[in-house]
Amino acid sequence: MIDMRDLRLDDARALLEHDPTCSLPEPEESPTVYVQSVVDNLCELSLKDPLTGLANRRHFRNVLSREIDAVARSGDSALLLMLDIDHFKKVNDTYGHLAGDRVLQAIANCLAACVRPMDTVARYGGEEFAAILPNCPASFGQIVAERIRETVGNLSIFVSPLVSIQVTVSIGGAYAPEWVRSTTALWTDRADIQLYRAKSEGRNRVYIEQQREIAVSAEEKSMLFGHLSLGDPAWIENASSDASGAATGNAINKVNSP
Amino acid sequence: MSDVLNPPQDNVAPTAVPLKPLGKVLAVTSGKGGVGKTFVSANLAAALAKRGHRVLVLDADLGLANLDVVLNLYPKVTLHDVFTGKAKLEEAIVRAPGGFSVLLAGSGMVEYSRLTPEVRDDFLRIMNGLIPHYDIVLLDTGAGISDVVLFAVSLASEVLVVATPEPTSLTDAYATIKVLVGQQKRQTIRMVVNQTARLGDGRAITTQLQQVLDRFVVTEPGRPIRLIHMGDIPSDPSVRQAVMRRQLLIQSMPGCPAALAISQLAIKLEETIIARVA
Repeated sequence: MIDMRDLRLDDARALLEHDPTCSLPEPEESPTVYVQSVVDNLCELSLKDPLTGLANRRHFRNVLSREIDAVARSGDSALLLMLDIDHFKKVNDTYGHLAGDRVLQAIANCLAACVRPMDTVARYGGEEFAAILPNCPASFGQIVAERIRETVGNLSIFVSPLVSIQVTVSIGGAYAPEWVRSTTALWTDRADIQLYRAKSEGRNRVYIEQQREIAVSAEEKSMLFGHLSLGDPAWIENASSDASGAATGNAINKVNSP
Repeated sequence: MSDVLNPPQDNVAPTAVPLKPLGKVLAVTSGKGGVGKTFVSANLAAALAKRGHRVLVLDADLGLANLDVVLNLYPKVTLHDVFTGKAKLEEAIVRAPGGFSVLLAGSGMVEYSRLTPEVRDDFLRIMNGLIPHYDIVLLDTGAGISDVVLFAVSLASEVLVVATPEPTSLTDAYATIKVLVGQQKRQTIRMVVNQTARLGDGRAITTQLQQVLDRFVVTEPGRPIRLIHMGDIPSDPSVRQAVMRRQLLIQSMPGCPAALAISQLAIKLEETIIARVA
């Protein structure tokens, strides 16, 4: 058993007290509760970007690799967007770094508001952001990215009490193709290539990598399962009595709704 | 705006790998896991070994395949040590219970799941070193279609897709075949259907897949895709028993329906693949 007096928690406590979003229990609480809370809060802190409150790069990487596993297992399509503020250096040079920080914060809030709760928006570095959109069908990505681009472009950001400016973003995106186990490095590379294209072709635009031919359309599926939907009981029985695992429930759904 | 909505088609995914097949290499794949692909690879290898062939099974998914678990083999020296220069290729090859050789990746290989030019070269060098010593090399690929898997499959002269009659597996087999046809320009793909309920199910499924491919996958004129049905492996409770005991079905229950089906598959492969390259 650890004696609380042996632990040097002062630095951790000071760090957490400094952060307005953390709520530490009083040291009078039971030692377990207290230490657990310090650890939880530190974990939370270690995943956030301090300026914008978005996920930081560490958190982003974890979410991305989890998503890669999910895609390889489930076959759901996931989209990664990389976003970069256009001419951000000009903002810093013209209005100062404090104004630059305000722009970053405003855009961070805007991005977070543009996506679903299940999506992860991160500050990737400098004026670059990233968004992971799980379960995002191919027909959807371009629309979402365009909506983000337009919303950011229409945003008036006050860099001082009397001055408001507008900035634009360039967006590059890449899907984790269904069933394919990618790597975090490969996936971000592919999205970065598209971001680079968006930048080099004039900024304030969206480029999303074409999906590979692996996607199976509804028409293809209906033809694949054509013989199943005829309601041959032996097929259904076979699928439901199969002990081979999680796919079974799915199989039944597809049989019933081709 | 038009360029945003209709981006040019020139951005080929960095994973596209041209086909440069090496002889006597059969890739056993399925895309998604859980259809018995490793079970088929291991038992097929045993069946071929039983017929007097020198067989090597290679864990082509670099540490993410389940070959070690199926064979209950945990060697000290693995492909990982060969890649890092700590061991020679010969040292990493292990004798499996079924009388065939195995080259396991080792869990450290996961870090190689990114297909760098170095990994590619190493892989090619290793394959070239192995092939002369065997009558046939089976590549066992893991769940998902990673870049490494696609690369490994691109080295194989023949591909055997394992599917089950389940819709999820069929979708997946179909998607895999599309990738192989699209990226590697393969024309001939062999199918084996695992866990079939009735005689003829596998052939019906292969025909169905062929029809969907003919309808939806565009190939160059005069180069149609040919799915070749290599056989069915019937649902058989002995399979589960053997897997749980971590035994090869071909060895522990050679007379059960699934084992007989795998032996048939071995004979068919022998006639079509090994005989032809020999």
